[in-house]
Amino acid sequence: MSVPLTLLGLLEREPSHGYDLKRDYDNFFSRGKPLPFGQVYSTLGRLARDGKIVMTEVEPGVGPERKRYVITERGATDVESWLTEPVRAEPNLQTVLFTKVVLALMLGRPAEEYLDIQRTAHLRRMQELTEIKRSGNLVDVMLADHGLFHLEADLHWIDTTVARLDALGKVVRG
Amino acid sequence: MKAIEARDVVLSFGETPALRGASVSVAPGEIVAIMGPSGSGKSTLLHCLAGILVPNAGEIHFDGRRIDTLDENQRSALRRDCFGFVFQFGQLVPELTAEENVALPLLLGGVKRTAALKQARPWFERLGLAGLERRRSGELSGGQAQRVALARGLVARPGALFADEPTGALDSLTGEQVMDLLVVSAREQGTTVVLVTHDARVAAYADRQVIVRDGKVNALVRS
Repeated sequence: MSVPLTLLGLLEREPSHGYDLKRDYDNFFSRGKPLPFGQVYSTLGRLARDGKIVMTEVEPGVGPERKRYVITERGATDVESWLTEPVRAEPNLQTVLFTKVVLALMLGRPAEEYLDIQRTAHLRRMQELTEIKRSGNLVDVMLADHGLFHLEADLHWIDTTVARLDALGKVVRG
Repeated sequence: MKAIEARDVVLSFGETPALRGASVSVAPGEIVAIMGPSGSGKSTLLHCLAGILVPNAGEIHFDGRRIDTLDENQRSALRRDCFGFVFQFGQLVPELTAEENVALPLLLGGVKRTAALKQARPWFERLGLAGLERRRSGELSGGQAQRVALARGLVARPGALFADEPTGALDSLTGEQVMDLLVVSAREQGTTVVLVTHDARVAAYADRQVIVRDGKVNALVRS
C-alpha cells in the first residue's frame, strides 16, 4: 500500500500536523502495524521536496513536531489520479482497495464510481484469465484458476462494500 | 449495428418497480453477460429482451424490428422461430428422450420428426453426449441435462440465445464445461448470446459484462 499517497489523501481532507497524520493513519489504515514516526516525517520530507505539500505555521516556542502540512495542487492531482485509476487487477488487493474507499469517503468523493471502475478492471482481467484457461494446458488452467478465485473474492468484497458505503461513510467521517 | 436493444425500459410488478429505465444493446454475434445483485432486475431485463415480458414503457428491438409492440401470438412465434433459451434447471420435458428434447424446437417449428431427429443427433457428439440420445432427463446427470438443454437452445440456429443462470445448478467444473461449450457453439453459429449470471467467473466467458443495479444498467461497465 502507498504510505505517501495515503498521507497526501489525509492532508487533502485538511491541513494537519505529523502527529495527527500518524494517529489517523494508524486509526484507519495500519491494521495493527502502526506507522513509525520516523517514516511519517521522512515521507512528509520527500513529499515537501517534490512540491506535493508545503510546511506552514511553525508555531513559535514549540518543537518541530508542530509544523503544519498543507497539500499543494500537485499533491491533490496525485491523490485524484490515484483514486480514479483502477488498481491493476491481481490477487490480494484488499489493503489498497480498502484504503482508497476510506479515503474517497473521507474526501467526499464518489467511492461507488471508483469501485465500479475497479470492478470493470477486475472483470477484464478475469476475461483474459478465462481465455488463457480455454486455450492453455492444464498448468495454465490451474494458475489462471488461482487468479480467478482471488479476483472473484475481490469482486464479492467490492459488491458488499458498495452496499455498505453509506454506513462506512458515517464511520469514517465521524 | 445492434442485434438486440433495450431503450429506457421500465417495468413494475404491481407497485414494485423492477426496471427503471434500463438500456442496453448487444451487437450481432456478441456474448453479453448481465450481472447484478439479487433483485436488481437482471432476469427481468433478460425476459424483456427475449419478448417474454412486455415493458410498461420503453422499447425492445431485435434485428431492427420493434418487438415490445407485438401481440402475444406474434411474440410467441418470434420466440419459437428466432430465439433459443437455456434456464438454470435444464427444464427438459421428462417424458421425452434426450434427442427428442433437443429436436423439440424444430418439431414445434414444423420440421418433420425424422428430419428433426437427424438434425438433433450431431449435437450429442459435439457436446460430449454421444450414447445418451435415448435417455430421459431423469437418467442424466445435472451437467448432461444442461448440455442437452444447450443443444436444444441452439439446434434451430436461433438469432439469439437467452441463458438465465445456465450454470447455477452445476458444480464449478461442470459449469465451466457448459460455458465453454456454449461459447464455442454460439461462435460457430454466429448466435448472439445474452446471459444472466451472478457468478463473475461465468460472466468472464462473455465478450462484455453489464451490471444491473436498482433496475438500471450501469453505464460505467459498458465498453
